[in-house]
Amino acid sequence: MNSLIVLPLLIPLFTGTILIFFAKNTLTQRWISAAGSILMIIVSLWLAATVYNEGIQTMNLGNWEAPFGITLVSDMLSALLVVTTSLIGFVCLLYSFRYIEKEREEHFYYPVFFFLLLGINGAFTTGDIFNLFVFFEVMLMSSYVLLVLGGTKIQLRETIKYLLVNVIASALFVIAVGYLYSVVGSLNMAHISVRLAEMGQSGIITVIAVLFLIVFGAKGALFPLYFWLPGSYYAPPAPVLAMFGALLTKVGIYSIARTYTLLFNQDVGFTHGLLEVLAILTIIVGVIGAIAFSDIKKIIIYNIIVAVGVILFGVATFTQESLAGSIFYIIHDMNIKAALFLLIGIVIKITGTSDMTKMGGLIHRFPALAWTFFIAAAALAGIPPLSGFPGKVLIISSGFANGNYWGAAVVLLSSLFVLFSAMKIFMNVFWGKPETYANQEKVPVKWLLASPAILTVFAVLFGFGTEALYPVIMNAAETLSNPEIYINAVLKE
Amino acid sequence: MEIVMSLLIGILFMSATYLMLSKSLLRVIVGTGLLSHGAHLLILTMGGLKTGAAPLLGQNAESYTDPLPQALILTAIVISFGITALFLVVAYRSYQELGTDNLELMRGKEGNE
Repeated sequence: MNSLIVLPLLIPLFTGTILIFFAKNTLTQRWISAAGSILMIIVSLWLAATVYNEGIQTMNLGNWEAPFGITLVSDMLSALLVVTTSLIGFVCLLYSFRYIEKEREEHFYYPVFFFLLLGINGAFTTGDIFNLFVFFEVMLMSSYVLLVLGGTKIQLRETIKYLLVNVIASALFVIAVGYLYSVVGSLNMAHISVRLAEMGQSGIITVIAVLFLIVFGAKGALFPLYFWLPGSYYAPPAPVLAMFGALLTKVGIYSIARTYTLLFNQDVGFTHGLLEVLAILTIIVGVIGAIAFSDIKKIIIYNIIVAVGVILFGVATFTQESLAGSIFYIIHDMNIKAALFLLIGIVIKITGTSDMTKMGGLIHRFPALAWTFFIAAAALAGIPPLSGFPGKVLIISSGFANGNYWGAAVVLLSSLFVLFSAMKIFMNVFWGKPETYANQEKVPVKWLLASPAILTVFAVLFGFGTEALYPVIMNAAETLSNPEIYINAVLKE
Repeated sequence: MEIVMSLLIGILFMSATYLMLSKSLLRVIVGTGLLSHGAHLLILTMGGLKTGAAPLLGQNAESYTDPLPQALILTAIVISFGITALFLVVAYRSYQELGTDNLELMRGKEGNE
């Protein structure tokens, strides 16, 4: 019994609730939200340290024994993702203080922001499949509101599409849980895992596994189900976009990784083979989008899809090494996508457009912005001392070691195109002839730049500190590749 | 009984899919309503339709129906109720703002931020 595990959920819940009462007082809202966010970082770091020192932490809510009540489980992977979420939440909040207009701030921007964090942290920490659905809905409901808040034409249009896709995906989630319940008769993930292992392989379990892949693939933008993402993510303002790009799709990926390592590990040849093919196709589609557009937002949005493919390729390879690679990469990618969206948010604020053919020469006026973007872009592509490198190395080397030469080659080649797309932005936006833009004097660049700079410094430290982080990540990968550890921690047999 | 329910749920899913593929936004929302009806009935059916008393201990029956799917459905109903309410308001607002309910006409990327 450890109540520390529930604090990353309670803090955003209470902060969000308190913030509702101060809707019109933006200054109070900012102070309370900053305090809540810093508290979240401290608590999540404490939780991660506890998990590392004492093993998996579980908490049975209401003192009901494991399969009968709801269990919250924090293994190393969940704890690391909660830490990353809290950090990204804090910097996006810092950025929002100056980026979001007063109108939006007064209409419950910060409360909804915290409810989004609650949904994400809950989805990472829960040990119950229906509770996962509920936290998905908490997260999605907040994301609908953040997407439509402001009510411009593009936001309304894209919110309708995003809402519809997610309503359908949620209904499929309910259906999948219904099927799983009728086969297994339990909702606790560890207990389901035990029951599925007892039953051995039957066709219906594979069908349910594919149904879950469709559900989480729609949330996490996997190949045939990515179609909603480029349009929907184009609509919201930069800090909201950074939250979405960094966190929402990653919850879908985490759920695939969790279900495909813990629950559906019987017929690995079929399910993980399918996942591998879809991951490779996702990478190809993402890369095509990333090099096709001359709109800086679109380019980074398609880079999300590439990263989804790379992470899932590591999950599909399903060795301890490749899972460690995926964990390295998912943390790196959450961090760096947030940094890039915040950076291009500044660029769009300065130039008033997101078309990179209409801008140039920003490096002369804003050198700090330019070099931060350069480092972030290099980290995105996986240049060695930076944070994208260790994950990709592990994913590719275990791909080759398992004889999957084509898949590993596609991952390797994708890095080249990702680098090309990011450097295309750098060369077009920051080099060339300086131009003057209407509102470049008014933008508080110094303040806004602080947030992506924190994340970029974090990316550099993450890259240089790989050796120090390696045991932590291996600890997380061991739990994933060896579900016995998880099951024993929850059911205490 | 489960067979009849499965057929019924299948018909609900079929109608929902058909409606969601149409052009008018209101038809799409009616489709999502049917889809969630189907999903909720599916949980009830998948939990088993064996006869038994309502899950109230005061009934002193020998066997009860499974209480868990009923709790799941209750949760799913309020969630889909909340989302449908939001969806309807967004549809109303976008009808005011965009002046159309035809999904084919909701294109383009102007009006950014």
